[in-house]
Amino acid sequence: MKDELNFENWVCPLPLRDYPSIVIGHGGGGQLSNELVAHLFLPAFQNSVLQNLGDSSVLPETAGRLAFSTDSYVVRPLFFPGGSIGDLAVNGTVNDLAMSGARALYLSAAFILEEGFPIATLAGVVDRMAAAARRAGVVIVTGDTKVVEKGHGDGCYINTAGIGMIPAGVDIGPAGARPGDVVIVSGTIGDHGMAIMSVREGLEFDTVIQSDCAPLGALVADILPLGGVHVLRDPTRGGVASSLNEIAASSRVGVILDERKIPVEPEVQAACDLLGMDPIYVANEGKLLAIVDAGSADAILERMRRHPVASRAAIIGSITQHHPGLLVTKTAIGGTRVVPMQLGEQLPRIC
Amino acid sequence: MKYLNEFRDGELSQKLAHDIRQITTRPWALMEVCGGQTHSIIRNGIDQLLPEEIELIHGPGCPVCVTPLALIDQALAIASQPGVIFCSFGDMLRVPGSTQDLFRVKSEGGDVRVVYSPLDAVTIARQNPDREVVFFGIGFETTAPANAMAVKLARQLGLKNFSMLVSHVLVPPAIEAIMTSPGNRVQAFLAAGHVCSVMGYWQYPPLAEKYRVPIVITGFEPLDVLEGIRRTIVQLESGQFEVENAYERAVTMPGNTVAQQTLAEVFEVTDRAWRGIGVIPKSGWRLREEYRDYDAEHRFHVSDIRTEESSKCHSGEVLQGRLKPNQCPAFGNECTPRRPLGATMVSSEGACAAYYNYGRFLTIAAAPAATSVSAS
Amino acid sequence: MCLAVPGQVKQIYEDQGVRMGRVNFGGIVKEVCLAYLPEISIGDYTIVHVGFAISKVDEESANATLQMFRDLGVLEEELGAKAEATSGDGHEIPK
Repeated sequence: MKDELNFENWVCPLPLRDYPSIVIGHGGGGQLSNELVAHLFLPAFQNSVLQNLGDSSVLPETAGRLAFSTDSYVVRPLFFPGGSIGDLAVNGTVNDLAMSGARALYLSAAFILEEGFPIATLAGVVDRMAAAARRAGVVIVTGDTKVVEKGHGDGCYINTAGIGMIPAGVDIGPAGARPGDVVIVSGTIGDHGMAIMSVREGLEFDTVIQSDCAPLGALVADILPLGGVHVLRDPTRGGVASSLNEIAASSRVGVILDERKIPVEPEVQAACDLLGMDPIYVANEGKLLAIVDAGSADAILERMRRHPVASRAAIIGSITQHHPGLLVTKTAIGGTRVVPMQLGEQLPRIC
Repeated sequence: MKYLNEFRDGELSQKLAHDIRQITTRPWALMEVCGGQTHSIIRNGIDQLLPEEIELIHGPGCPVCVTPLALIDQALAIASQPGVIFCSFGDMLRVPGSTQDLFRVKSEGGDVRVVYSPLDAVTIARQNPDREVVFFGIGFETTAPANAMAVKLARQLGLKNFSMLVSHVLVPPAIEAIMTSPGNRVQAFLAAGHVCSVMGYWQYPPLAEKYRVPIVITGFEPLDVLEGIRRTIVQLESGQFEVENAYERAVTMPGNTVAQQTLAEVFEVTDRAWRGIGVIPKSGWRLREEYRDYDAEHRFHVSDIRTEESSKCHSGEVLQGRLKPNQCPAFGNECTPRRPLGATMVSSEGACAAYYNYGRFLTIAAAPAATSVSAS
Repeated sequence: MCLAVPGQVKQIYEDQGVRMGRVNFGGIVKEVCLAYLPEISIGDYTIVHVGFAISKVDEESANATLQMFRDLGVLEEELGAKAEATSGDGHEIPK
């Protein structure tokens, strides 16, 4: 699919057909750049703000507190089981905003493309971004394209920044966890990271594991009105372990998990066992951790489970005043271990 | 995974642990040889289920920890050479050499690649005929057959651009070194299950007899480790010192004779320096003369390496079980997981790293009443 | 040092004159070198380390061991008091 030119959205495909790959000129701000915008980005992202093609995009007046987030996406390969860099670029930023309780509204999209990058592939990426944006209910209102010389980039890097609105009365953040709170995860962990591993050169394996890449804005919007939500965090790079370590540090509390309660797909566990990795450190792209008031936990859990992205939501632990700053888990055999912040990337091991 | 998950059963583990508590009447010091067993013990909290009388001393069965510093420095020098593709298992990437590690080499432009199998490195060599491909062949007897096959295949394919930096270490000489070291307190060994899948356990009865220590071949999952400990305690309590196989589903007395044949064909025994411990005679394998063409040490002449171990690092004593990590003066000061002085603070099963993480938990605050934790 | 996991052999073939196979580890399928287990057949379980099958899983033994663990608990419950720990449990201790 990514290699087929999709002309459905293109107003006038002719100019682009002359250049099957990105050339330096596409980042030059001249005719080639304009054609790329007019015939690739605009048709894909289709909205009235972007249509104006101003240097900056003017947004309608918005009342209330704004949340603002940015992230860059450099994933390899660009297309992987269950997702693509395009999906990540939209959902990642949408989700970051959602973790502050904000409903994402507007996104920017900046591309750094390597000379020689096939336009058909770019079209595929942009197509997925457009679809993800529609699903998440956001519009991409401004963007930029730069081209670097061959060998100086990895095909395609994307940065997205997003603006969202926080409903009145919502005040959540990493320092909000309190002893007695309950830790909820919205579903199975490790899916995204192991989906990537399965196609990573040198480590490939056949599997049905798919990335869980998904927007979480609607889920968050649904649980906030119930009250009692203190912290929200999407456990992306570094997994659940890193997110909870960060929250433990910010809130100056201890976190205790029960390993047996953490939902993991059997195949994800098998992939981790094969490579000597621990799902608790593996990235997720469509999950959230919610630290909530104990009294509200059951209601929040029940509401979460009604969403397709959170049908496997589960209570996995609690917040304690003991061992502040440390994440600890009870093991399946009844022991205890500290789950430290990992130093760098979790690597496959043979020992 | 079948034949894996069943051996992680929490309830059965508790029953086994209870049984061990019932039969233990005196203090005993056991050493688990294999780093993978150490990893399992720490990760599952197995030592916390044991009675206080049982002390588990973490052995030197971690190739990451014991690969000689000089060889790490050589690896780093080779990986830094332009045109080289340096392939390694993930474990080795953060091991500190005298001045840097493979991660740093990678960040400075070295082409360092993590592979799952040594055959992947051979494939990379075939796909990149104009580059020199080097594989870091570390490991105990378990990994040696894989490395041997890679070299054999490379020769069979007539590859001119593939070589291996070999540093294999052997378990039986390590056991001897430990038993003869002054101040040794080890009274029994949990032998490395997968090493024995390859080598069998015919090498151990003379050791058990000579040093009067039980040697129990043990697996890695909680039930396997606990059963290995249980059988060891039974022997200790009754004054026996036999070799026993507690990992029958994966180990036989003769072992894998096909693999052993290939090992004899490709490798020969040599003296080896174990990082932190020193030279243990006849404790390693190197490539035979016939395979010298594929030996990276011969292919690359790397000079100007000043190998210098930090004088503050006591990982050798830790590896021999003579020093507890928190007894080391550098522990938690100059030496932390973020800035490790030695390999035992780097490795996922390194005793120092394990103590650092678990120790913080114990000292920061009292453990909550709901979790039963016993210091070990 | 030896992270190795059990998988079931699904396919056997030769590549560059080396005996290879596809092995299923709980749903994950990976190519594995079977050169060191010339007798292994499709359907057998094998222990795999760094892409190499190093031993065949003795399934009977595995199941017997698990049953022994289960019985251990039952025996204790039946006896109520301290269970006598048995040594060897019927396995030979080699001299």
